[in-house]
Amino acid sequence: MMDKIITSKIIKDTIENECVKTIMFNHAEPIEPGQFYMIWIPGIDEIPMSVSVIQQKKKGITFRTVGKATKALFQKTKNDIIGIRGPYGNGFSLKGEKILFVAGGTGIAMIAPAVEQAIKKNKVVDVILGAKTKKDLFFINRLKQTKATMHLSTDDGSIGFKGFATEKANELLLTNSFDAVYTCGPELMMKKLYQICLKSNIIFEASLERYMKCGVGLCGQCVVGKGIRVCVEGPVFSKSMLKDIPDFGVFNRDASGKKQLL
Amino acid sequence: MLASGIMDEDAGSMLRVLESGAGAVVTKSIGQVQRKGHPNPTFVELDCGILNAMGLPNPGIDEYITELKELKKQNGIIIGSVFGSNAEEFTEVAFKMNAYVNALELNFSCPHAEGYGLEIGQNPKFVSEITSSVVNAVSVPVYVKLSAQVNDIASIATAAEEAGANAIVAINTLKAMSINLEVKKPILGNKTGGYSGKAIKPIGVKAVYDLYDHLSIPIIGVGGVETGLDAIEYILAGASSVQIGTAVYTRGIMVFDRICKEITKWMESHNVQSISDLIGVAH
Ligand SMILES: Cc1cc2nc3c(=O)[nH]c(=O)nc-3n(C[C@H](O)[C@H](O)[C@H](O)COP(=O)(O)OP(=O)(O)OC[C@H]3O[C@@H](n4cnc5c(N)ncnc54)[C@H](O)[C@@H]3O)c2cc1C
Ligand SMILES: Cc1cc2nc3c(=O)[nH]c(=O)nc-3n(C[C@H](O)[C@H](O)[C@H](O)COP(=O)(O)O)c2cc1C
Ligand code: FES
Repeated sequence: MMDKIITSKIIKDTIENECVKTIMFNHAEPIEPGQFYMIWIPGIDEIPMSVSVIQQKKKGITFRTVGKATKALFQKTKNDIIGIRGPYGNGFSLKGEKILFVAGGTGIAMIAPAVEQAIKKNKVVDVILGAKTKKDLFFINRLKQTKATMHLSTDDGSIGFKGFATEKANELLLTNSFDAVYTCGPELMMKKLYQICLKSNIIFEASLERYMKCGVGLCGQCVVGKGIRVCVEGPVFSKSMLKDIPDFGVFNRDASGKKQLL
Repeated sequence: MLASGIMDEDAGSMLRVLESGAGAVVTKSIGQVQRKGHPNPTFVELDCGILNAMGLPNPGIDEYITELKELKKQNGIIIGSVFGSNAEEFTEVAFKMNAYVNALELNFSCPHAEGYGLEIGQNPKFVSEITSSVVNAVSVPVYVKLSAQVNDIASIATAAEEAGANAIVAINTLKAMSINLEVKKPILGNKTGGYSGKAIKPIGVKAVYDLYDHLSIPIIGVGGVETGLDAIEYILAGASSVQIGTAVYTRGIMVFDRICKEITKWMESHNVQSISDLIGVAH
C-alpha cells in the first residue's frame, strides 16, 4: 500500500480569482483527471482535493475558500509544507470522440485537466464553464489555449450565456451530436444534466463529492447507495452506476454520518 | 464478522459487507447523541498497520435507528455496538437498539475518546455495573468488547461474565501516535489514535489465549486478522469466531469471502471436519 502522507514544499502558488487559488507541489506519481488527493494542512485538517494540474513531476490543486481548512490553505505560499496522500478514486473514462464537458463553480478545477487530456487524445471538445457571476470563473485563459470550443455561462449574464449551465448544455445537446457528457459541479446541476442524458444513450459521467475521512474505503464515511464508496468506487460515476445511487441529488451525510438534504 | 467502525455508518454499507461473505456485522459504536468525531487527519497508514482517531462519530441513536430499521428488512445478523460514559447512557442506547439487533456489543475499549471506551473499560467495577444494567434492560445477548491495554484483561472479563455478559470481544485498537518529521508534529487531528492491523495480531492472540483460561462464555477474537490462517490462529487460542476491520482496507471488501475460503481450504488439507474442533486447541 502506498497511502502514506508525503510532505512536500509548495513550489508555486497562483491566485486565480478573489477566493480561488492553485498550489503546485512535487509529486511524481501518475494521476488521472477526476482522481483526488487527501491534502493535509498541518495542525488544521485533511481534506479531499481533485488534481487540477498534471505534469510529469509536478501536480497541482485548485480550490475555493469555503471554511477553515481551505482558508488556511489559501494563506499558504511558496516553501510552506503540506502533506499529500493518494492518488485516490477513479478518473473520467474519456470515452467517445465528440465530448461535452460541463463544469459548474469549483468543478472547473478538475474539469480543466480532463479537457486537456481529451484534446491530447485528439477528441473534439466543447466545454461549458458555468458560475454565478463573471468574477467566480477561472481557468478561462488556460482552456482558451487548448483546441476546445469554450462556452461561458453565468446566472446573472455578466459574461457569456445568461442562465444556468444546464440550460446552455441542453441547447448544445439539441443542436449537436455528442458521444459523451462529463461533468463536475453542484450536485443539483449534475442531477439535471443526468436527467437530460437519460433520454438518450449518450455516455454520461459525473464527479460526486461526499465528506471524506480515510479516503481509502475503510471508514464508510463517504458511502452512497448500497455501500458504494465515493473515495474508492468514485468519485466519478457513470449513468448506470448513478441509477443505483438514490442519494444522488437528494442527500449527503455530515461528519457524524447524519443525512442532510441537498 | 465485520468489526465495529468499518463500513458500518449506514444500512447500505452493512448489506454490502454481508453480501461480501461476512456472517454478521457489528455497527459502528453509537451513543446517545450526535457526535462529529475528531478532526481529520483521522487515518494514517504506517509500515505494518494503520492508525485511526475517528473519535466515535455517529448520528446519535434516534437517527441511527432509521438505518437499523432499513437493515432489519434484510436477513443479516446485526450486532449493535454501543458506547457511553456511564450505565445510564449505555442502557438507554442499548434499550433503543434491542428491537433491531441480534446482539449488542458494549464498547469498553476505544482508546482515543475522552470519557468513553477504554477510560471506563479499565475498571472492573464500572464494567460490571454497566454490563449488568444493560443485561437487565435488554432481551438480546450482550457482548463486552475489551482492550488489551489494561493491567489484567482476565479480571475485567471475569467481572463482565459475572455481570451476565454472553461473550467477550477482544481486542480493540492500541493507543499509538505517529509524528511527521518535516512538520515535527503528530499527524492525527487528535494526536493520539488507535493502532490496528497485522502488527497487533500477536497481542490479540495472547489476550484471547489468556481469556480462554478464565472464562466459560465464548470469546470473539479481533485484531490483525487478514487471512484465513490468522483466523485459525485466533480459534486455536480460544476464539469461537473472529471480527475483521483493517483487512477491509488491505485486502478489499471481498476479504470476508476470501477468508472463509482460506479457512475451508486449510481445514480440508488438515482433515478438520468442524471448526469447533479447533477452538482452544493450543492450550
Ligand atoms: C473527491 C473530492 C474532490 C474535491 N475537489 C475539490 C477541488 O478540486 N477544489 C475545491 O475547492 N474543493 C474540492 N472539494 C471540496 C473540498 O474538499 C471542501 O471544500 C473542503 O473540504 C472544505 O473544507 P473547509 O474546512 O474549508 O470547509 P468547512 O467549513 O469545513 O466545510 C465546507 C463544506 O466542505 C465540506 N467538507 C469539509 N470537510 C470535508 C471533507 N473532509 N471531505 C469532504 N467534504 C468536506 C463540508 O461538508 C461542507 O459542505 C472536493 C471534495 C471531494 C470529496
Ligand atoms: C477506522 C476504524 C474505526 C473503528 N471504530 C470502532 C468503533 O466505533 N467501535 C469499536 O468498538 N471499535 C472500533 N474500531 C476497532 C475495530 O473494531 C477493531 O477492534 C480493531 O481495528 C482491531 O481489528 P483489525 O486489526 O482487524 O482492524 C475501529 C477501527 C478502525 C480501524
Ligand atoms: S472516506 Fe472512508 S470510506 Fe471513503
